[in-house]
Amino acid sequence: MNLKIKKGVPLIDQHDKNFMYGGKFGGNFIPETLKKPIDDLTKLFSKLRKDKKFLKDRDFYFKNYIGAPTPFIKLEKLTDYLGGAQIYAKVVSEANGGAHKIYNATVHCLIAKKAGKKFIVGDTGAGYAGKMLSMAAKKFGLKCKIFMGAKDIKRQRPNVEAMRKNGAEIVPVTTGSQTLVDAVSECMRYWVANCDTTHMCVGSTVGPNIFVKICAWSTAQISRELMIQVKDEFGKIPKKIKLLNCVGGGSSAMGFWNEFMDTDAEFIGIEAGGPKNSKLHAAPLTNGSKIGILHGSAQYVIQDSEGQIGRTESISAGLDYPGISSLHCFLKDTKRAKYTCASDEEALKAYQLVSKFENISPSLEPSHAFAEAIKLAPKLKSSEIIIVNSCGDSLKDKDIIKQKLGSYVR
Amino acid sequence: MKSKIAIAFENCKKENRPALITYTVAGDNTKNNSLKILNKISKHADILECGFPHNTPIADGGQIQGSSHRALKNGIKLKDVFQIVKKFKKINPSKPLILMGYFNLIYQSGESNFLNNCKKSGVDGLIIVDLPYPENKNFAKKCKKKGITFIQLLSPTTSKDRMRKIIKDSHEMLYYISMLSTTGGKLKVSPKKILKNYNKIKRINPKKNLVIGFGITDKTISSLKSANGLVVGSMLCKIITNSLKMRQNPVTKLDKVVYNLKRKII
Ligand SMILES: Cc1ncc(COP(=O)(O)O)c(C=O)c1O
Repeated sequence: MNLKIKKGVPLIDQHDKNFMYGGKFGGNFIPETLKKPIDDLTKLFSKLRKDKKFLKDRDFYFKNYIGAPTPFIKLEKLTDYLGGAQIYAKVVSEANGGAHKIYNATVHCLIAKKAGKKFIVGDTGAGYAGKMLSMAAKKFGLKCKIFMGAKDIKRQRPNVEAMRKNGAEIVPVTTGSQTLVDAVSECMRYWVANCDTTHMCVGSTVGPNIFVKICAWSTAQISRELMIQVKDEFGKIPKKIKLLNCVGGGSSAMGFWNEFMDTDAEFIGIEAGGPKNSKLHAAPLTNGSKIGILHGSAQYVIQDSEGQIGRTESISAGLDYPGISSLHCFLKDTKRAKYTCASDEEALKAYQLVSKFENISPSLEPSHAFAEAIKLAPKLKSSEIIIVNSCGDSLKDKDIIKQKLGSYVR
Repeated sequence: MKSKIAIAFENCKKENRPALITYTVAGDNTKNNSLKILNKISKHADILECGFPHNTPIADGGQIQGSSHRALKNGIKLKDVFQIVKKFKKINPSKPLILMGYFNLIYQSGESNFLNNCKKSGVDGLIIVDLPYPENKNFAKKCKKKGITFIQLLSPTTSKDRMRKIIKDSHEMLYYISMLSTTGGKLKVSPKKILKNYNKIKRINPKKNLVIGFGITDKTISSLKSANGLVVGSMLCKIITNSLKMRQNPVTKLDKVVYNLKRKII
């Protein structure tokens, strides 16, 4: 069967009655206890997204709290240096808090308020999702708890400190690989036990379907802004335009691409290839992982033949996840988007090059996307456009970069 | 023909007591020991639940995670789980055994293949934690065709309307989750309240065997004994953890503990 995307229908709504995309991705593989809270949240969200007052509130906070629009800039020096395609960046790291995770966090807090919840919990890998949720929770008067792998707590110190400052309780997760995958599991378990009083925010476009939807709906702000900025810059959407985005869970990429779904823009998602000489990676789409169930959703996922979830490795905590959004699986199988990966070393090099030439300094996640831009640009004509979503700032990776490269420049 | 599960409940009813249902993890702490444990505790327990471990369980607390972790570290695979069941059934052909786990393992081995292996090794029932109703309708039907009981779960969050539908489509056994919790949580709801909910569910269809699980230990079991069955899991996993720590034999230790549990409900 040839899967197809429907035109004119939001991608998040292209599921069947079991909330599956293309009949095989997504769904709700959840314990019975979560059926009702998820059902309630699904109903509430479908009401709110049509509610003019709610949309007005959202837009107000996007503009005045998050800061819209984030800058769209040409990377002149990098373009000159590489020769070939013109390279642009959407500097989402200029959003309040420093990454795209603020959109999802803000919307979840607004929803939690509407649901009458006083507590909010969330997972985090790179610490951005946690930092943003703790920020937004503070702003909206919610008590916040963040689940974070013990390994990530060590390697993403600046974001951990930010969470503490915002008054969030950080729960270190010491099971399994002590990274994002375990943080999400532990957060879901906590929600199973506390779903009557507590709202859960999943930090990316993963988890049971409603969380995929809310997250992608929130980050879509990025491409709403970009659409206007692109038209301003070029007068129309250029014929040959490539939108490059790193993918961990996939929330940043979904937001970056959403409004361009029905255009000719090419989408390239870049997964974490892991260390150059390691068998481990976090790139299920690039490396042909099989469909399996992780965190309540069917998706391509790194696993063994029995269905045990596999170990991953990446220098970038935010991409270090064995699964991938059901939406990206759908985009892959419909061939609407292409996926590739960059190694740890390539990402570090890209960080170095971009930081040297330009006024931006991408964190290790978007550096994976820049690595692909650096590979691609010289092969393309100067009439072609590459836009990279620079969705995080290198500041949080200072320690890792220093350790790997000897020095840190921003 | 009546299922072994149905017969076990009937026998307990005749004795005016709930069925004692234990949960242990296949391969915890070794393949051999988990089989020995099943053989020993089946003298006291009426129905045995046996977990097939998954490394990313979204509804299990620390104790069962620990057991699963030990089993996986020992290299347990599904084929070993079926071997354990088969060997157990050879010695205890009439004792009902239920496998419990997460759907991804079934998905990867293929539903029909998995069910064939269940049938061949003598599995009587299945509990799949993350395959809720109505998504589980097709799979439940496949189970029924093979003569395997698919056990639907009900929770304090399940609405009355939904309960009716689930119960209507259910097989002879249902599992009521006592409270909002992962496995192994402390009983945070009073037994009185749990039984009140339990009775509400029973009234929808009194013929279905309804068991209660989550948070049940030697301390709480007797206060719930009016139910058709009571499941003790995390407490047993914890006993294994503790006896390993203290270099005691987990098999003899569990034998004693389950014997004591039984005494509290007769
Ligand atoms: C800066 C940054 N980019 C990307 C990601 C990857 O997540 P996603 O694929 O959901 O955007 C993260 C996750 O923490 C992140 O912090």
